[in-house]
Amino acid sequence: MTEPTTTAGVRPASRADPPARRISKHALLIIFGVVMIYPLLWMVSSSVKPTEVIFRDPSIWPRQFDLGNYTDGWTALAQPFHHYLWNSAVIAAASIVGNLLSCSLAAYAFARLEFRGRRTLFAAMLATMMLPIHVLIVPQYVLFSQLDWINTSLPLIVPKFLATDAFFIFLMVQFIRSLPRELDEAARMDGCGHLRIYWRIIMPLSVPALATSALFTFIWTWNDFFSQLIFLTNPDLYTVPVALRSFMDGQGETAWGQLFAMSIVGLAPIFGFFLAGQRYLTQGLATTGLK
Amino acid sequence: MSDRTGTPARRSGPRRRDNRVAYGFLAPWIVGMLVFTIGPILASLYLSFTDYTLLSPPQWLGLENYQRMLEDSRLHKSLLVTFQYVFVSVPLQLVLALGLALLLNRGVRGLSIYRSVYYLPSLLAGSVSIAILWRQIFGSEGLINQLLARVGIEGVSWVSHPDFALGTLVVLNAWTFGAPMVIFLAGLRQIPATYYEAASVDGAGRMSQFFRITIPLLTPIIFFNLILQMIGAFQSFTQAFVVSGGSGGPADSTLLYTLYLYERGFGSFEMGYASAMAWTLLVIIAGLTGVNFLFAKRWVFYGD
Repeated sequence: MTEPTTTAGVRPASRADPPARRISKHALLIIFGVVMIYPLLWMVSSSVKPTEVIFRDPSIWPRQFDLGNYTDGWTALAQPFHHYLWNSAVIAAASIVGNLLSCSLAAYAFARLEFRGRRTLFAAMLATMMLPIHVLIVPQYVLFSQLDWINTSLPLIVPKFLATDAFFIFLMVQFIRSLPRELDEAARMDGCGHLRIYWRIIMPLSVPALATSALFTFIWTWNDFFSQLIFLTNPDLYTVPVALRSFMDGQGETAWGQLFAMSIVGLAPIFGFFLAGQRYLTQGLATTGLK
Repeated sequence: MSDRTGTPARRSGPRRRDNRVAYGFLAPWIVGMLVFTIGPILASLYLSFTDYTLLSPPQWLGLENYQRMLEDSRLHKSLLVTFQYVFVSVPLQLVLALGLALLLNRGVRGLSIYRSVYYLPSLLAGSVSIAILWRQIFGSEGLINQLLARVGIEGVSWVSHPDFALGTLVVLNAWTFGAPMVIFLAGLRQIPATYYEAASVDGAGRMSQFFRITIPLLTPIIFFNLILQMIGAFQSFTQAFVVSGGSGGPADSTLLYTLYLYERGFGSFEMGYASAMAWTLLVIIAGLTGVNFLFAKRWVFYGD
């Protein structure tokens, strides 16, 4: 760490490291990356190994390649696995629509409109981002059971249409504030109302923020276990996480190969969305940490 | 944000109209906040003073639930477990996040590939699939022990050993350092290059640049990540639930507070007691966040 300072006047981003240092840095980064990813690769390879082999072979190159875990696992539960995938997909899709609509409406008001109580409401909105769900879950459960919504997907969907995920309001406010105000002022001159400005000008320009919100909504809804576990007790309504959990507890002797295979099926959509939108995901996350 | 300085002219017609329009835009959020947040908070505060099992109306108990918490040894155990979990895994996660962000900060080729590889676990780790994977990796015949066996070490069954089970969850949480790392990377980008140039001209070495420029300018981001990850860690549930099979075992060694809350509230439907527990959690999180903000004045450096 005591090497001499490199030439001045160069941006730190391009300050040249000596080759030896550069190589050792990459070696470190690669080793670390392999350690990070190894469990995932091992799970993928285990999913095509017979269960007995999983317990003997830590290598990630399967000597036998057998998709039997996938076909057997798919039908091992009360319903075929696509039933649970569908349940999860419906909830995720509805949550995305709900979050995008309701959060963008609120964000437009916070970012662009002058109104009484704006500061107070904005602070309240930020505070709800920090609130543990455990404080809300018991009364929400009571409320939903009085509405007879337990064992329906409504408790998981309706709140999304009412902007309960304040994180996305915050994210969209940050984004809309960065758009030039001249655009809406020009539209106002032309006689546009706020609803039209919101829908015709701000929304089309906010596609990056909307895409980020859609991706995060998908991933969080798909991964959500706590509220799905609580609100969906009828096995026909199980989503992927709840189904996987019951898979593990159901058998005396866990069929790890099948369980891994179905776990991978459950992770695949997240992985796909991650590959498609990782730029949005990292940018969206980065903006929340600034200012 | 200068809504208090409007002249009377600006204040008249259009402002009043904006009020109405704004509340129209905010209507879904306001309804949602009243019905799903404010209402439940107040209800949970009320329920925390009652005996309520969903079957009959709540019975007023006064402070009895809270007194019971003082004597509930499993609750004490769950608090201890949760504090150990939070105060080990969060610093570990942040150190990894900052270290890797620093390594990746300066003109590393393939930055986006490394960033993706390190960030991916953060997106997946909350899922039941990964918890299942973890249970197997750290099981008696799992991946870790297979690797240890290759070098002649006989491992224990980490997830079913009271001394190690919580450790496996700490490792799982530390594995998700990618999200704070991305935020650190963005923060490092914001530090003006001219600062380093000036320091180099003055003959400052890398170490002293790191401690006198990078760290001070990064403290607001460190603080932000610390608060966010701490609040998140207090609410961890899925991993511990799945790894322990819902029990918080072995010997309650992974009985995170949220697990015990779930067990009381939705296992045995003691909704009043669960509400008292939830409020205590809220007070703990708010208190620790407040303490952090107080201490922040001493070490967080805001520019200008």
